Amino acid sequence: MPKYLLLKHYRGGPEPHRPVPPIDQWAPGDVEAHVAFQNHVSELLEENGEYVDAQALIPARTWVRYGGPDAAPVTTDGPHPETSDLVAGWWMIDVDSHERAVELAAYVSSEPGPGGEPLYEWIDVREVMWERPRTTDAA
Amino acid sequence: MIDEPTRRLDEGALRALVPRVLAGLVRRGEDFDAAEDALQEALLEALRVWPEHPPRDPRAWLATVATRRLVDARRSEAARHRREEAIYAEPRPAATEEGDDTLFLLFRCCHPDLAPAAQVALTLRAVGGLTTREIADAFYVPEATMAQRISRAKRALRGRPLDQPGDLAVVLRVLYLVYTAGHAGRVDLAREAIRLARQLTLATEEPEACGLLALMLLNHARLPARFDSEGRVVTLDRQDRGRWDTRKIAEGVRVLQSALATQRPGRYQIEAAIAALHDDAASAEETDWPQILAWYDDLVALTDDPVRRDPAAVLGRAVAVGHVLGAAAGLRETDRLREVLGERHRWHAVRGHLHELGGDLPAAATAYADAARLATNVAERDHLVRQAARARAAELPSSA
Repeated sequence: MPKYLLLKHYRGGPEPHRPVPPIDQWAPGDVEAHVAFQNHVSELLEENGEYVDAQALIPARTWVRYGGPDAAPVTTDGPHPETSDLVAGWWMIDVDSHERAVELAAYVSSEPGPGGEPLYEWIDVREVMWERPRTTDAA
Repeated sequence: MIDEPTRRLDEGALRALVPRVLAGLVRRGEDFDAAEDALQEALLEALRVWPEHPPRDPRAWLATVATRRLVDARRSEAARHRREEAIYAEPRPAATEEGDDTLFLLFRCCHPDLAPAAQVALTLRAVGGLTTREIADAFYVPEATMAQRISRAKRALRGRPLDQPGDLAVVLRVLYLVYTAGHAGRVDLAREAIRLARQLTLATEEPEACGLLALMLLNHARLPARFDSEGRVVTLDRQDRGRWDTRKIAEGVRVLQSALATQRPGRYQIEAAIAALHDDAASAEETDWPQILAWYDDLVALTDDPVRRDPAAVLGRAVAVGHVLGAAAGLRETDRLREVLGERHRWHAVRGHLHELGGDLPAAATAYADAARLATNVAERDHLVRQAARARAAELPSSA
């Protein structure tokens, strides 16, 4: 069965279908509904036997590269154009097909936003490469 | 959580035997590394076999099976080297007290040369009697990663003399790390830390060991009220105090009093005293903030340059200052920490609380939102987003 990452982004990606303010400026009830939906997605995936992993990332980011022989690593936390891609977290799922991954990503994107209406958030769907060539008897 | 199924209780009793059996093997002259591996295998076998066939003498069973494993290991080594087989030795009953065994092993596992993550893992396995898989689950890493961490730690300790006195301060820090790692995984590490700290207090007269146990008990007593039925964080001022565990509070206070009576104060005793004052208040409004502030004064006085070397204490004190002298005074205290803690969510969350205390809801909402952006755990992040949304909603027209 192929594995997919359903990536959520803080920023980057296509033009938002429904522009909304940051979540800390939503009505308290809308915040509750949004958070409850995230938990519900994980539970649903677990019930389906499709859940592999879910993680959230804090927004702070550090770029690091090799500094050269005998030099300290080179790091930078900027500059970041406002459009640069910033991953917020993911679900990793183990599903039957690409179609199923797309179906689940669309469901994730239907999460409630302000006023309880769907957020239409863009979800980045990426297939995970297998470590070895697949064979028919692979689990 | 009170009435665990019988199998869980058996596991607890089983785990409690581990440090005694291990110390017995090591005192008999077995290599610590090999003995610890052998005992882990015996433990896994016990978990498999005991539910169907409980042994008459669990401790002797573990010692015997671990010894057999040691002999097997030596045999295969011997076969490789075409040497004589090792002779199977019947384990003698350990002559030492249980507390001494615990202390001896804690000093070993909390060796100052090991990294904290290694100290924690080794302590949980060799003293806590957890399996590698349980420790891995508790820290959300693959079992192979945890196994490797433990064997590297043991390799680092190889060849070091076993009889040198250890550093109790490091042991206390490791146990506190285990406690704060929490109870999200299958194994409740907070409870495990309390169990180990209780064993430690049997083995040493050091009042800080009692102080640490008291601190854990007095904090853990509030756990049932710390999250609501939906898993949402509930802050101290909003907790249903009827759900606090009064037995743990009573025990914590008793242990703390015995430590304070020695007149040798230390940071764990002081932090426990602060926790005790919170636990003692029937409602948030009845909290004895002046006395809490006095204890915080003692806490920051333990360190030179507390802003740099103990900023968490200074931040805690700022909250107490806010409640005693007013929100503005509390905020001024946090200003001193901007350079050290300005990028930490806790600093912003405290400022949000102080702004709210002073009635400045827009500033509170901004501080909570900043805190949410820096939070490092999901429950806390969600809580801070809610705090921000709540403060923002309260400043809108509905507020009279």
